Amino acid sequence: MPALEMNDVRKVYGSGEQAVVALDHATLRVADDEMVALVGPSGSGKTTLLSIVGGLLQPTAGTVRVGPHEIDEYGPKELTRFRREFVGFVFQGANLVPFLSARENLLIVSELAGGDRRHARRRADQLLEELGLSHRADNTPATLSGGEKQRVAIGRALMNEPELVLFDEPTSALDTKLGEQVMELIRREVKGRGTAAVVVTHDTRMTHFADRAVEITDGRLVA
Amino acid sequence: MRLGWKELVRRPGRFIATGGALTLIVILLLLLGGLLDGLFNASTGAYRAQTAELIVYSADSRDSLLRSRIDPATEDAIRAIPGVRRVSGTGAVLIAGRVLGGGTVDLAVVGYEAPNRQVPPPPEPGRAYADATLEAEGVALGDTIAIGPSEVPVEVVGWVEDTRYLAQGTLWVEPGTWHEVLVTARPDAALDEDTFQAALVETTDDAEAVAGRIRGQVPGTSPLTIDEAVFALPGVQAQNDTFAQIIGVTFAIAGLVVALFFALVVLERLGLLGMLKAVGASTRQLAAGLITQAVLVALGAFVVGGAISLALAAVVPAEVPVELEVRRAAITGVGVLVTSLIGSAVSFRRIVRIDPASAVGGS
Repeated sequence: MPALEMNDVRKVYGSGEQAVVALDHATLRVADDEMVALVGPSGSGKTTLLSIVGGLLQPTAGTVRVGPHEIDEYGPKELTRFRREFVGFVFQGANLVPFLSARENLLIVSELAGGDRRHARRRADQLLEELGLSHRADNTPATLSGGEKQRVAIGRALMNEPELVLFDEPTSALDTKLGEQVMELIRREVKGRGTAAVVVTHDTRMTHFADRAVEITDGRLVA
Repeated sequence: MRLGWKELVRRPGRFIATGGALTLIVILLLLLGGLLDGLFNASTGAYRAQTAELIVYSADSRDSLLRSRIDPATEDAIRAIPGVRRVSGTGAVLIAGRVLGGGTVDLAVVGYEAPNRQVPPPPEPGRAYADATLEAEGVALGDTIAIGPSEVPVEVVGWVEDTRYLAQGTLWVEPGTWHEVLVTARPDAALDEDTFQAALVETTDDAEAVAGRIRGQVPGTSPLTIDEAVFALPGVQAQNDTFAQIIGVTFAIAGLVVALFFALVVLERLGLLGMLKAVGASTRQLAAGLITQAVLVALGAFVVGGAISLALAAVVPAEVPVELEVRRAAITGVGVLVTSLIGSAVSFRRIVRIDPASAVGGS
């Protein structure tokens, strides 16, 4: 079963003459250990696509399946649970909780799900170790470098052992060298776990880290 | 919820402004309430001490003890009403007295026939039980007080607590002594030996029902329950209503302070809350964090404000009748908690409307 399968998905904002088509008959399939880069300029629809795949937005038409989950049929509560348990997000600029330590930023995910605390802590420590952040586990985001913050964000996205991880411009706030290091890290972590990933980026220099790149222009996907 | 707690513990500075404002409001509420209770207690102690359920005034008195007259025939008629267990006469005189060898004191001299919750059976003629507040005015056990222009001598033979009447310390005397004091205070208002200003009625039946029977069967009387009589005392009702309004407005201000603070907090954290929603936080979980913070800030303000109020109450001059009571503290604590909850709830709608999709796309 593919990690992601979206068929003929449309997303239209507004109605009548004010209607804006953000996503136009988009069809995409991502295998269960595949890493796909979604490339396009600003306003091309890549954020909308990422939001629909991550259960943050509902499509106007079409079907979206993430693993066994047909999320285009989900209501708000089911989508909240889906995001909490089956998908991982890495946002632009890391977007960490400023008053929590690196470890606690990872533990948020399990706290929201009400999981076993001891198990969650073991997993958080294991992830931090794998990401080379054991020595920074008790540091708050304000005392971490840009790269370290992004690694914490990756750790948070992997906490719930997701079937699909979505990266929203993970290198936009980083210089080229650090951006490449982060992309290398993302590839290593995703591939090492056999997890599927969609990486949204406008930086074509980063696409070679993915298994393949898909271009999006005016809401339409071009393989 | 844990997130709310952790932010409160690790970033207490963010909550100092609101906590400080709420603390000041708690102090204001406790001192206002304490002042209200002090004034109320100072005016009504002699009534609240009664074990009788009813007090009967003459109908033309407009429910004022000082204007009322109940003669022996009326007392007998009341005694004959079904449901009446015991009738006893009482009256009060507001007058000045001079402590022999000391200074002058303002007094309420209360004549009574039957004991009550605070005062034992009447002492011998020429003797009195004194309200303990008179001690602060220089009265001591064994002192003789010369009362009124005729200097009726009364010896203090014991202390009683919480029996003040219209803000005056009371002297509780037997009927003969009281009649003597009444004559010296108001020669024009002298009463026959067995006539009192009011009759205290203990009932074996529902007090309201007995009051209805007295009103119907004993012409010229105005029976009131003790609670009604307390609020019929000069100024008590107006005083209570005024303070209640001030306290109500202060509670509303507390709610507004909290509402404004958490509205700003939510506005400031739209990005963070959007991210949390995106990774699976429910609106309920985010609202619980907000409630946790509102409750803890309110509790902290109550504890600190309560401690400061106690310290202030201990140093205010004795003339300011502030009395901090547990009941008032409980009302204030619950009130501040509830208004804080309501205030924070104003932000719930905003949390519900936060779009988790706002977390992506750099918005």
